Amino acid sequence: MQTDGPAPDRTPASRRSGGFSRRSFLKGASIAAVGGPAGAAATAGGAILTDAPRDTGTIPAGQLREIALRVNGVERRVAVETRTTLLDALRDGLDLTGTKKVCDRGACGACTVLVDGQPTNSCLMLAHDAVGREITTIEGLASDAALHPVQQAFVEHDALQCGFCTPGFVMSAVACLGKHGKPSPATLRHELAGNICRCGTYGRIFAAVQDAAGRAGR
Amino acid sequence: MSACVGSDLGRPDGPAKVSGRAVYVADLAVAGAWHGGAVRSTIAHGRVLRIERKPGFDWRRVVVVGPGDVPGDNVQELLSDDQPILAERVVRHVGEPLLLVAAPDLPTLEAALAALRPIVEPLPAELDFESATRVLHEVSIDKGDPGARFDSPPPGARLFEGTWRTDSQEQLYVEPQGCVAWPADADGTVVVRGSMQCPHYVRKALARCFGIAPERARVVQLTTGGGFGGKEEYPSVVACHAALLARAAGRPVRIVYDRHEDLLVTPKRHPSRVHHRTLVAADGTLLAMDVDVLLDGGAYTTLSPVVLSRACLHASGPYRCEHVAIRGRVVATNHVPSGAFRGFGAPQTCFAIERQMDRIARALDLHPFALRRHNALRLGDATATGQVLHDSVGSLAVLDAVAARTGIDRHRWCAPAMAVPSSNSGRVRGLGMSFFFHGAGFTGSGEELLKGRVAIRLLPDGRAEVAAGSTEIGQGTTTVFTAIAADALGCDPGDVVVAVPDTAAVPDSGPTVASRTCMVVGSVLASACRELAARIGGAAGDFRSRARAWLAAGGDGIVEHVYGSPPGLVWDQATYRGDAYPCYGWAADVAEVEVDLDTLEVDVVRLTTAVDVGKAIQPRLVEGQITGGALQAIGWAQCEVVSSRDGRVQQDRLATCIVPTTKDAPRFDVTIVEQPYAHGPFGAKGVGELPMDGGAPAVLAAIEDALGVPADRVPATPERLLALLEQRERTS
Repeated sequence: MQTDGPAPDRTPASRRSGGFSRRSFLKGASIAAVGGPAGAAATAGGAILTDAPRDTGTIPAGQLREIALRVNGVERRVAVETRTTLLDALRDGLDLTGTKKVCDRGACGACTVLVDGQPTNSCLMLAHDAVGREITTIEGLASDAALHPVQQAFVEHDALQCGFCTPGFVMSAVACLGKHGKPSPATLRHELAGNICRCGTYGRIFAAVQDAAGRAGR
Repeated sequence: MSACVGSDLGRPDGPAKVSGRAVYVADLAVAGAWHGGAVRSTIAHGRVLRIERKPGFDWRRVVVVGPGDVPGDNVQELLSDDQPILAERVVRHVGEPLLLVAAPDLPTLEAALAALRPIVEPLPAELDFESATRVLHEVSIDKGDPGARFDSPPPGARLFEGTWRTDSQEQLYVEPQGCVAWPADADGTVVVRGSMQCPHYVRKALARCFGIAPERARVVQLTTGGGFGGKEEYPSVVACHAALLARAAGRPVRIVYDRHEDLLVTPKRHPSRVHHRTLVAADGTLLAMDVDVLLDGGAYTTLSPVVLSRACLHASGPYRCEHVAIRGRVVATNHVPSGAFRGFGAPQTCFAIERQMDRIARALDLHPFALRRHNALRLGDATATGQVLHDSVGSLAVLDAVAARTGIDRHRWCAPAMAVPSSNSGRVRGLGMSFFFHGAGFTGSGEELLKGRVAIRLLPDGRAEVAAGSTEIGQGTTTVFTAIAADALGCDPGDVVVAVPDTAAVPDSGPTVASRTCMVVGSVLASACRELAARIGGAAGDFRSRARAWLAAGGDGIVEHVYGSPPGLVWDQATYRGDAYPCYGWAADVAEVEVDLDTLEVDVVRLTTAVDVGKAIQPRLVEGQITGGALQAIGWAQCEVVSSRDGRVQQDRLATCIVPTTKDAPRFDVTIVEQPYAHGPFGAKGVGELPMDGGAPAVLAAIEDALGVPADRVPATPERLLALLEQRERTS
């Protein structure tokens, strides 16, 4: 290995959190939540729970606050800290493990969920800030009977290998189709540029999403 | 009957993966599991004096495990015994584990890790592998008498020298490393489930760590989010750590790395420097080659001897040459240990020989395509180890295929050292090519020694279950095994299930590495299936009814076969002479790039490749392997930087550890060539690693064509291209 400097930050602009580092963002947010009125999102919810026994996940048996999140059309109550991300609340609090944690810093898109229809890195959003918003995760796409058209197209085009980035890609693709209908190839590349697939299935993903767009008959 | 082989069945794991239902290690619900982590060295080399515990932390909340708590050997079982599970007196790389901690939740774990401070007295660190002197392993390959040739070259012959370098590369499997371990059960069996390529490797490592028989360690693979070699040897480290903590805590312990830790401490591709001296006749015939290969092994041996071996066995490229000397060394440094990564040494030496061929072609005013075709190994030729190629040589076929697709054989190359090309768009275009081969399966007698075993067994409902330790890591093992078994049994793919790789329930078919799963394990599977099919007979009725009838009549429904090398293969490990691999895959790439003259950013706009895979068992999966491997090679060629400062990896988060995104993916033009291999299942050869080998030299040749500067180092970043342009301006 050579002793060059680090590579430049090439996080797609659409995934950067407005010039904040995630750490400073979380720090500021948790101070706000503890020290004063931080808006309905941070202070909504139930009683302060102490020493709630938990033995799974990232949420400690410390000072927890129960909040209500509307996930996949259902109101769910979950105990979180002020600093708990939406990603950790979904995975560890609500056992919705289809949303994946890969970088935890908003650089890979694997944790993409829809928040009020917008593709969102759930590792960059505090659970408290998701209160009152409509959250859709990968588990909310398919009905019992059938896969979502985008999921179906991913299967048919073999647009996955190891599958770990796949839920995030599917969510970004669903959001892209919601926004653009039938995206051009360039638009599709741009809209999906925040998701990383190391198996290298991008070409298949483009084909799958365009096929799904066609099927949706937009 | 051959209905499944050659068709596209679709992945059985596809629906679960697209809907988020597939269970990876971080998703597995384990009641009462604690979280594990490690206290690590922050310096590259030093003497461990003590580990301070911050007062004020309530240590009763966690368990701490040190080197003295290892019940068996404090040795990370692999090729050499030089790597401890936990360092005791000396640390040899940044990130080396010293102590392990488990806690009920992650914040408590983080607090405990922060309250443990190793006091390490720094020692001089070796951070430049080119000047490092401690040799971990050496390889020599000799053919003919190159010395005599170089000393007295025939009239008209010319000598070319070149030094070619490649930097490290991060596998960046998207799912980080992780395992869950349970404390020993009533039988004394230690159980580990996790993300891995090689469950039987992990079992062996646990047995050594705990001082138990291998059967007392049970290892089960969970859905695995990518490996690319990065989950060949390293999961044994994670598993031993988790299992030691589970033993101490008396409860299950899960270790899942966060990305930062994964990038800092796990093995990566070996950096290389390869020096070529090549004697060439005026007509371009290669007369003699002398190749010196140097790899940075990092702090411990890990798999470096085998990586070096494969690097050297591919160092003379897919070319005929009667007089060859190859000398290889892998040296120890205080970098994070280098390890397995798709290609396993071959991409490094392939880069060097291919760029050397371009240099020769330009100097002799020969076309690079013509030079390659003129010297290409053909059926009946002998490789550098003296292996005569009797079978399945697609060399000319792949070359001619890319020429037909691209016209590369008629392309007029930009002469090096010409002025910076002008361009109205601010972008210049270039083409480059590469020609390469990759030995499939283990080197030499490896497969013969390994004796991979596969079972096919009838289930009570009449379906047939494939039982092997080979893992699905995204490449499509499950689908490929289903296709092979269905056709060899003469049944529908729906009649075949593939067992979860669980060392307590499947035979050891060998590791899922070395492009061997389809070709080697698949061939054992096919032969076992044919025997089972012969047993139960081809009477009337569908397969399941016949199978149930056979079982009801008391028939034995299990067939287990062991790999046997094809007859006639001879390998001498001591002299590196003979049949280095059972067969080779062959490929040629043509890369088309555009370089931005302001930023020197490189866009690979198209990659055309032709690959001889013997037989595409599942063409769509094969194409996925080809384009996926090629994209990793393209990334390595120009944007994937792995560098270190004072031994610490600098690209320690995904914002700086750059890999190709949707915007970097070129258009791929893939031609699958099928020159069947007689001993592969239905003619198939390995394909997993081959596509990684040729992308970098093709892309750098294309950059050279675009800019007119000699590109001799991977990755060709804008900073390096700028330096080359500035150097040319100074010297012209």
